[in-house]
Amino acid sequence: MLSGGDMLIRSLQEEGVDVVFGYPGGAALHIYDAIFRQDKVKHILVRHEQSATHAADGYARASGKVGTVLVTSGPGATNAITGIATAYMDSIPMVVISGQVPAEKIGEDAFQETDMVGVSRPIVKHSFLVQNASEIPEIIKKAYHIASTGRPGPVVVDVPKNTVNPAETFPFEYPKKLKMRSYTPATKGHSGQIKKAVSMLMQAKRPMIYAGGGVVLGEASDLLTELSQKLNFPVTNTLMGLGAYPGNDKQFVGMLGMHGTFEANTAMHHSDLILAVGARFDDRVTNTTSKFCPNAKIIHIDIDPASISKTITADVPIVGAVDSVLKDMLELVKESKETPDETALADWWKQINEWRERHGIYTQPRYNTEGDKIMPQDVIKTLYEVTNGDAIVTSDVGQHQMFAAQYYLFKSPRQWINSGGLGTMGFGLPAAMGAAFAVRDKDVVCVTGEGSIQMCIQELSTLTQYGIPVKIVCLNNQALGMVKQWQDMVYDSRYSEIHYEDSLPDFTKLMEAYGHVGIDVHKKEELREKLEEGFAMKDRVVFMNVYVDPSEHVYPMLVAPEGSMRDMWLSKTERT
Amino acid sequence: MRRIISVLMENEPGALSRVVGLFSQRGYNIETLTVAPTEDETLSRLTVTTVGDDHKIEQITKNLNKLIDVVKLVDLSEGQHIERELMLIKVKASGAQRAEIKRCVDIFRAQVIDVTSTVYTIQVAGTSDKLDAFVQAVGDAAILEVVRSGVSGISRGEKVLSI
Repeated sequence: MLSGGDMLIRSLQEEGVDVVFGYPGGAALHIYDAIFRQDKVKHILVRHEQSATHAADGYARASGKVGTVLVTSGPGATNAITGIATAYMDSIPMVVISGQVPAEKIGEDAFQETDMVGVSRPIVKHSFLVQNASEIPEIIKKAYHIASTGRPGPVVVDVPKNTVNPAETFPFEYPKKLKMRSYTPATKGHSGQIKKAVSMLMQAKRPMIYAGGGVVLGEASDLLTELSQKLNFPVTNTLMGLGAYPGNDKQFVGMLGMHGTFEANTAMHHSDLILAVGARFDDRVTNTTSKFCPNAKIIHIDIDPASISKTITADVPIVGAVDSVLKDMLELVKESKETPDETALADWWKQINEWRERHGIYTQPRYNTEGDKIMPQDVIKTLYEVTNGDAIVTSDVGQHQMFAAQYYLFKSPRQWINSGGLGTMGFGLPAAMGAAFAVRDKDVVCVTGEGSIQMCIQELSTLTQYGIPVKIVCLNNQALGMVKQWQDMVYDSRYSEIHYEDSLPDFTKLMEAYGHVGIDVHKKEELREKLEEGFAMKDRVVFMNVYVDPSEHVYPMLVAPEGSMRDMWLSKTERT
Repeated sequence: MRRIISVLMENEPGALSRVVGLFSQRGYNIETLTVAPTEDETLSRLTVTTVGDDHKIEQITKNLNKLIDVVKLVDLSEGQHIERELMLIKVKASGAQRAEIKRCVDIFRAQVIDVTSTVYTIQVAGTSDKLDAFVQAVGDAAILEVVRSGVSGISRGEKVLSI
């Protein structure tokens, strides 16, 4: 016989949860007592509930498992909202357990009462309000099933205090199977559609493979790589898809979209066939939808039917799990009597290579390499070399995020962890913390800016408590860089509220106060040496504060809002 | 174009708020909404009328289907169907007006269901168009109160929405 609280924790054990990120409080006290009386589920005490969700999110993205969060009612629950929304926008599997005031007090404006199910409703895949303690095992089973299957996403389980009362006990049995008549996520793709798609692939003259985060989430990178190489088609990845195809392979033309490469965006525009895999034609990719890839037929593979033909109409929609669909596709390609049009492909590659030579960021530096200031692009390139391109890289949001996406050529999926959809500043540090719990044998580095890092900087203390040696590389440009870039480009350099004047902390002293190491990097010639010094301290948290050229912009940049994908700024003065 | 979407969903707390929330969250329009449990108490049937082009309706049905509580749905306006709405309307009925109102009631095959010396309460059932026409026929000056149920609908013939 177990109490509701004990059943809740036992259920987490049954789900194989090894770590929970959370913060206790009144309505969650019974649950925390149940945590205390066991040792299978490790609890990580964060410093703010937003970080608990980002850490669970980073854990999920690095491991492929469901991240778990435990918070109390009221402010505990509302603080978790930004992290839940972040996970929702990027389809990250997460279960958030929130304490709630006792059922008989719900609706009475009780102390620390918030309608968590209501507040979180638009940003969850599903949510549960526990009515009776006896339902707890089944609800937890459903929560993990829903979070991790189909298009993944966060699930909230709101637990009124009376349902976890230690005085009431129940027989515990964890359900082995689930029956949910209203939830049957797609698996296999339609074979007729797949056949049609394959025959289109064989006819294509200027094909593009456009792969997104769905390939990472769907564990389909190997299949995508095999298919792409079998066909010899150019591959571009979205911001969320980086690593889904090896970034250092010759068929990779770089990221596409707002800050995508010249060759990726231009090739998309001139393509006659786009194979979209687990990508959702986001507005940061398509630019003006009416001008999007005017000559292209579109094959769209996605597990979520609502993502298909949402912004761009698909000619061949294929609803299904990307791994299953790509597997079927690959088999058909191998069996097919037809082969891709080699002559047309040779011309297409010639054209793409010419674009690479003309404006590509990987054929030569497209930024000032002569000055004495440290260029942010060089920081990422050096970081790549110092870490052998093997680190797990998390980022915050802004210019540093885009530089990291462009210049750290991710070799494998789950190596790049960033808030792509919601664009949440403050994500990077707690996400790195979560990733470090999932992956022990790799460097975990948070690429950040002096703006973003201050949004969840309190987690430096959590890193101390649990001895988590993440590295932090701060591209310090003394301003909110991406906002500044837009103010330069659109508002005649009227810098509205982007400077901290002289209020920035001395980050090195701050690190020391938390028991960590800070390294300031001012000079170009000391960049590599200082980063090597930082990464050599394997068991320490090291903050590498790199002062970069404050005037630098991220290029290429799509001309928005009226442009197509081939309309780009290539530098401050040059556009296509 | 006006569409009638009929939804079978789990009869559970919060299910309705998810459906309604979806419409406001994604900027879809709700014209009418009715919901009640079915003969199977674990299921509710919800009917919503909305306006949108084919693309919008496709997105609405896809997103409704994504809700975990939604078991099954059909866009009734895609095929032959019957729709009904119920209206209770309270009108002034005194003097010469009284006979005129009664004639209207007969023409529209409505029923007077409550009477005082100065007021008729009338029940009208039919398509939304018919209800609109009745309101217009009686005239604003006579109307004291109107309550409409929203549209319920069902497919013609042997087609059924069930699990």
